Order: sequence, then structure tokens, then C-alpha cells
Amino acid sequence: MIRTPLRPLARILDARAKGQNPDVIERENLAARNDALRDTSRARAEKRLILLALCFFAAFAVIGVRMGTLAASTPTEPRAAAGGSEITAQRADIVDRSGRILATNMLTYSLYAQPRDLVDPAKTATALAEIFPELNAKDLQRRFTDGRSFLWVRKVLSPEQKQRVHEIGDPGLYFGPREMRLYPNGTLAAHILGGTAFGSEGVNAAQVIGTAGLEAALEPRLSDPAQSATPVTLSIDLTLQATVEEVLLTGMTTLHAKGAAAILMDIHSGEILAMASLPDFDPNDRNATNTTRDPSDNPLFNRAVQGIYELGSTFKIFAAAQVMDLGLATPETQIDTAKPFRVGRFPINEFDGHNYGPTRSLSDVIAVSSNIGAAHLGLMIGGERQKAFLKSLGLLDPPIIELTEARSARAMFQTPWNDVVTVTASYGHGVATSLLNLAAAYAALSNGGTKVTPTLLHSDNHTLGPRVVSEQTSRDSVLMMRRVVTDGTATFANVPGYQVAGKTGTAEKPKKEGRGYDKDKVINTFASVFPASNPQYVLVVTLDEPVETAGPKPLRTAGYTAVPVAAEIIRRIGPLVGLRPQFEDTSLAAINAPPQKPVAQE
Amino acid sequence: MRPFLSILSFIAMMAFAFWAYRENYATQTQLKEMSEVQNQIAALRDEIAMQKAEWAYLNRPTRLRDLAAMNFDRLGLMPMAPLQLATAADVAMPLAIPLLITGEAQSDGALSSVLVSPEGEQSP
Repeated sequence: MIRTPLRPLARILDARAKGQNPDVIERENLAARNDALRDTSRARAEKRLILLALCFFAAFAVIGVRMGTLAASTPTEPRAAAGGSEITAQRADIVDRSGRILATNMLTYSLYAQPRDLVDPAKTATALAEIFPELNAKDLQRRFTDGRSFLWVRKVLSPEQKQRVHEIGDPGLYFGPREMRLYPNGTLAAHILGGTAFGSEGVNAAQVIGTAGLEAALEPRLSDPAQSATPVTLSIDLTLQATVEEVLLTGMTTLHAKGAAAILMDIHSGEILAMASLPDFDPNDRNATNTTRDPSDNPLFNRAVQGIYELGSTFKIFAAAQVMDLGLATPETQIDTAKPFRVGRFPINEFDGHNYGPTRSLSDVIAVSSNIGAAHLGLMIGGERQKAFLKSLGLLDPPIIELTEARSARAMFQTPWNDVVTVTASYGHGVATSLLNLAAAYAALSNGGTKVTPTLLHSDNHTLGPRVVSEQTSRDSVLMMRRVVTDGTATFANVPGYQVAGKTGTAEKPKKEGRGYDKDKVINTFASVFPASNPQYVLVVTLDEPVETAGPKPLRTAGYTAVPVAAEIIRRIGPLVGLRPQFEDTSLAAINAPPQKPVAQE
Repeated sequence: MRPFLSILSFIAMMAFAFWAYRENYATQTQLKEMSEVQNQIAALRDEIAMQKAEWAYLNRPTRLRDLAAMNFDRLGLMPMAPLQLATAADVAMPLAIPLLITGEAQSDGALSSVLVSPEGEQSP
């Protein structure tokens, strides 16, 4: 920058020559210089101010954002476990629909040893073997002295055992905290809960992982640390479950059955209120071993979900519902029940050589459970439509439920779906499916005709499934099933006041070796809906190889085995679910009258 | 003026430093207390969980059933039956037995009344 002189010589001389004051020129220039200086310094100050404002803005923005995030984030419990012991990820509890505990956690201790610190390995080994009978003193002493630096003695200790180990007083024995899964109700709902085992183990903690049932199927939810404080609420009701198990066990014992299963389901929501499979096991100590080659003999086997059975005549109502839905028949339409006939080389006979006359109404075919009548229904429908209908009810797919076992329970049927399959499927043979599927299909048929997806989780809002049959068909089906109970094969199920409707099914078991069916080994099923006037619940009861020996000859039909058991269950659970009995015939004699004998069987 | 200002700011700085120092220690004490309380909460939670588990264990249906059977003589507990459910309308009205009110006026003017049915049974 060229500095302008304050007293430029030319102008001074000029001013002097004109007799003016040269100082004016100097001041003029000085003022101009100051103006320039002021402008530059103002610009500089402005820049500084903007920079400073930006700094303040940034600082306040940071504080603001931080405050915002603090306000928006949910307050968390900084630590879940007591000081020192870092027990990570407590598993969420499992409770029944009214909040009663089905599975919870308990703090216990594991016992491990560091042999280098042991004072007297021989004495310690003997003392430990005394406390824990399953340990061998010699073996333990060898393991204490073979040079290893660490060894597990026991995974869980009871408080008494811990105290006794304490009293040994050897410094080489250590306790590590262990979160243990506890099922306070023992065998109750064992097949639903499944079981757990220790996953990766450390000295201070061990991970609990689900190995079966619900515990395994809901593993991500149960082990999610963010949700560990909120229990998982099941649709199961503890009281109903206990009652169903109790009655089922009594029935199984008195009828000499080797197994039994029952499912109680809400037909509108698909929530399962009780689901039992016998024999059962204790999920606290899940190590039942299978002694035979048949997997269904294992107590761990869930008959209600994993058991794939031909369910016999319980399927007839599906054929009847479909012909009504297709408009091919009404409950009064006469169906040919004349005589045995053949489809290809396959003979169709009535059970026990019965003859139901030349024709019977559709309602009667279901009530007396005519195989020939049902076979004709199958032929009226045709294979393709029948398969599609059974599929829409979910009978041909693995059951959808929150249990790991369900995925492998595939329905079995012959492909292609030829006429023989069509005919046999109409009375429940040639198609084997899970009991849970049967319960869901009965629910769909009786709830007004919308598909039901069974669930074990309680929820207040349920969406209606796709329509399977019309409301009229649904009503007619229930009325038909009601006739089965009032004057058909299931008269023992006529529980006063609860208007039970249902359908029996007796299916001979396929022989283990060779072909054909075993006459003396049957699966008896009774699928029921109650109360018929306003269906609410579905109850399916199955007995494996039952025999009723009270009479002169052994009886193996569902009407004498599964039906009385189901009736007793309904009589007991009716009051528990809060259903007020409604009597169609209110005379005292009708209430007290003993149930009639079933008129005909299968 | 200027020296006065710098002395003032120095004093202010010292005051703030002292305040920050105290806040720091107060915070640490609070944190320690908080972690103690949290440990207590955690321990109490564990205890509650234990009590809940014990409650569930003692109330398991099989045990209650056994207890009901064991004390049947005294309690006579039976499973609920369908006929036990009814609406209020189903409950029969009490038999129309005329009740007589007897009694005498007491000194304070109240009537100590006793309901006496004709058979002589008394109900207060």
C-alpha cells in the first residue's frame, strides 16, 4: 500500500502561494487516513464477532442436542446384578394368562475346584463323595491330583449342599454364582415349556439356553436383555392346565392307555388354554431316556403337537361341512349308505359290519358315523377340492405354534391325491396329522367359519383369519356335531348344561412291522365344541391304545374311552372358565338322568 | 480500573475452581451412593424373584390338591361343579317367615331391637 503523505509538498507549496493555511490539508489527509483505518478495523471486528457467535452457537447446539437425547432416551437400570458378580442377561420369566409363574430364575451356586490350592485332596474327595452320592471318591481324587489347574465338581448346588461343602473347609474349593431356570410347578405344562440347559459356562456365570418347547422357540425374546424384566405371558391357564392333566391322567390309568393328550382352545382367538401330553416329565430335570425304538414312548414326546395320527372319523365332519358349503347337500339330504363298495381294489366297509339301511340323511351319517356315507361324500366333492379344503383348514401342514417340535410334525398323506385317498380321507384314514391341527380345524369350523391360527401367547387383539366356510355351514356343522352327542356315538359326552357337540374317531394303528392295521391297538379321539348354542371352546382328547374293561368284552371305541374322559374334563373346566350351564330341558329328571349308551360305533 | 478488573476475574476464577472441585467430589459421592442403592435394589429384586418362585412353588396345583385331600375332614373342599354357577335371579328368596320386632326403648332413646322368628330363633 502506498502511504499517502500527510503534507504533500506540491499542495503545501500551492497553498502557501495562495496564502491558505497548509495545516488544513494535513488535517484533511489525516481524517481520510483515519477513515480508512476505521473501515478495516470494523471489518476485522465483524469477522471476529461472527466467529465468536459461531463458536457459541456450536457450544449451545451441542448442549441442546445432548439435553434432547437425554430427555428422549428411556431411563435404564444401570446394573441388574449385585456388585462383583457380573451375571449377564437374566432370562425373562414365563407366566400364565393371569400372571402365575410357570418358569423363573433362581440364584444358586456351582462348585469348582482349583487343585493347586487343595490342602488335602484325598480327604476333600472323600468328603465330597459323601455329600454328592453320584461322585466317586477315587475318581475325584485322581482328577484332583493329575496336574490340572481347574475342574468343575458340580453345576448347581442346593443351599444345604453349599453349606456342607463350606464345612469341608478346603481352600481349593470355590463357589461360582449360577442363574438357574426353575419350573415351580414341576411336571405341569412340561411339554409346553420344554426345558433349558447351560450354554457357555464361566466361573462367575453361565448362559441359560432353551433346549425344547417354548423355551427354545422363544429364545430370542426370552434372552433379550432389554425385555428381561417383562415376563412372557402365555395363553395357558394354570388351573385349567392342572385340571386337564389331572382328569386325563385318571382317564389314562383307568383305561389302561399308554399315552394321552388333550388340547383346550379358544375358538375365536386360537389361544390354547391348556395342552397336555401324557406321560410327562419334569422340566427341571429333563433327562428322560427312551427305552424303546418308538419315539412316542419317550415322555419328552409331545403327543398333542408331534404325534402324527390318522384321526379316524373325526374327519367326517370336514367332508360334511364341505358338501354343505359347496351347496351339494343340506343336513337333510339323503346319502347312500347301502352296502360296502370298492374304490379300485380298496373295499369300503362300515365299522364292525354295521348296516345303516339304504339311505341316511347327512346329519345321520355324521351322528352314527357311517364310513360308507362319508365315502360317498368324498366322491361327491372330488379329490382336488377336498385336498384344497383340508389344506385351507391347515390340516395338511405342520402345526403353527410357538414350539420348536412343531416344525418337524409334518402331516402324512399319499401323493398323488387319487380316488382311494379322497374316499379314505373323508372318514379320516390315509391322512395323518397332528392333534393341534385337528383342534384348529374344529375351531375354524365352529367359530363362524374363519381360519384359526393356534397360539400359546396371550394377546388382547386378534385378527380374524380368512374365511374357510360360510357362517351357515358353520352353524349346521355344530348342530350336526350336537346330534352326535345327543343321539349318536358320543352320548357319554352329554354333560348337563354345557351342550357339548363333537365327533368321535377310532383309528386302528398301523402295524409296526409289515402292512395293514392292528385290530387291538387303536387311537381314540374325541373332538368337541361347547357350548353348542354359542361355541366358545374346542376340546380335543386322544387316548393311545385305551381299552375299557368294565364290561363283559373289552371296548376300544372312542365312545367308551375318549368321550367319557372329555366329558369329565368339560364338567370340571366349565365352571373354571366361567361358563354358566344352560339347560335345554330344565326338568330335574332330565338333569339327573344317566347318559344313554352310545347307539352305534364308528 | 484495569488492575481492579483483573483481580476481580482472578477471584472469580478461584471461586469457580473451588466450586468445580467440590461439585466433582459431590458427584463422586452421589455416584457411589447410587451404585450402593442400585446394588441394594438388585439384591432386593433377587429376593423378590426368590420369594415369587417360592410362592409359585408352594401354590403349585399338585400340592394344593394334596392339601385339600389331606384336610378334607375339616374343609370338605371339592372341585367346582357346573351347578354351582348361577345368576342372582337363580338364588331363591328367603322363605316368607314373618319376623317380629321385639325390644324396649333404652335410656338414650335407641331401640335395642331383636328380630325373633316365630320358632324362637334369634338373629341380631
